[in-house]
Amino acid sequence: MNFSPTIVAFLCNWCAYTGADLAGTSRMRYAPNIRIIRVMCSGRIDPTFILTAFQQGADGVLVCGCHPGDCHYQTGNYKCLRRFKLMEKYIAQMGIEPERLKLEWISASEGKQFAELVNEMTKALLNVGPSKIKSTLEVKHLKS
Amino acid sequence: MPSDSTNPKPKLKLAIYWGAACGGCCVSVLDTHEKLLDIVAAADLVFWPIAMDIKYKDVEAMPDKSIDVTLFNGAVRNSENKHMAQVLRNKSKILVAYGACAYMGGIPGLANFTTKNEIFKRVYDETESTFNPEKIRPQTETAVKEGTLDIPEMFNDVYTLNQVVEVDYFIPGCPPQSERLLEVFTAIATGAQLPPKGSVVGANEKTNCDECKRKKSDNKVIKKFYRPWEIQDDKETCFLEQGVICMGPATRGGCGVRCVTGNSPCRGCYGPPAAASDPGAKMMSAIGTMIDADSSEEIDKIIDTIVDPAGLFYRFSLPSSILGRKII
Repeated sequence: MNFSPTIVAFLCNWCAYTGADLAGTSRMRYAPNIRIIRVMCSGRIDPTFILTAFQQGADGVLVCGCHPGDCHYQTGNYKCLRRFKLMEKYIAQMGIEPERLKLEWISASEGKQFAELVNEMTKALLNVGPSKIKSTLEVKHLKS
Repeated sequence: MPSDSTNPKPKLKLAIYWGAACGGCCVSVLDTHEKLLDIVAAADLVFWPIAMDIKYKDVEAMPDKSIDVTLFNGAVRNSENKHMAQVLRNKSKILVAYGACAYMGGIPGLANFTTKNEIFKRVYDETESTFNPEKIRPQTETAVKEGTLDIPEMFNDVYTLNQVVEVDYFIPGCPPQSERLLEVFTAIATGAQLPPKGSVVGANEKTNCDECKRKKSDNKVIKKFYRPWEIQDDKETCFLEQGVICMGPATRGGCGVRCVTGNSPCRGCYGPPAAASDPGAKMMSAIGTMIDADSSEEIDKIIDTIVDPAGLFYRFSLPSSILGRKII
């Protein structure tokens, strides 16, 4: 069976989502592997969201927010960056490949960059292969 | 419980069992001191391996639902723990996951950072004091001339009690504070209205920070994390504001903030507060707002001073966390 990765993307309302919307309204073609969840700010993305996406079978998680200095709420993207850095360290300890979690800044005018980003991440995940997270957790249950 | 007017109210039947545990939870029952006499006045202890000589077959012979309350401490690590969890589930009206290990996996749950094979390799091949040229490994069954000897099978994973059988209530703590146990026991013994099944009892809804008496400001900024021995604690300022990681923001109150009162940061044994499911994720979220840097390089430098985030944030809760174990 051909593997096609599933990417869950958390996009901030003000920049990244608008950027993704621009890619769509400009009719740019990009990999259909992405499932977008819009949040008001990248600072709203709780590490729980990312871990839950992995637990439920996402092969990759993409987080996008406004460029540094451009956050609609002043500092949300910096908080997101700090949490992301901690998450990176944590998922490495848990044996999850670094390619599976990505953070990029996308402005409202960067539709093209967004489309390229999705293509690149999809390609990288094709090389890494399917996530073993869900299968590891499925074996785990003992309750009969 | 049915009782008629001629007979006094029948005594509760209480059982206490340990799975993969250190014995501290059983000691926390003894730590009720003279109140233990009140417990045995209200309840007959029908099974308690640390204190009484009763065999598993005696428990297996009890009628189903004949034990009123079982306090099960310790994680489920091997087939013996699993068997007794199932037996006690069947024999008990109320099954309580007692203590951090039964509730969240606890310290034994840290074994989920590795696998059974890796553990056996280290223990039976690699330790500096091991001499085992034939690479002998423990077998669950061994034939001897008198018959077959068997020992329990160790699982690859450490499980919480709730991952193996249905659990009625959870009492957190490593170990649970004896005062909290007495409150819960008194509620059961006096027939008080019990909370809904699946509740965490003997603890608060909110975090430890909510009760902590140390001086706190709203604007916590951390330039460098220190391990507790690297810094002179001033004994009055919030540990996090001094740069020492304290699990308070991601930990349920109920212990009376004992560790912080003793000038040691909270380690998180009471588990996440009611509003959070994964204490480590909560902690990463909280610390993310405190790191005082905006550039990628500076943040990296500060985070480098957190040596082992997974072990630190999930010290008591790895098996019950969202990921549950190292991915294999």
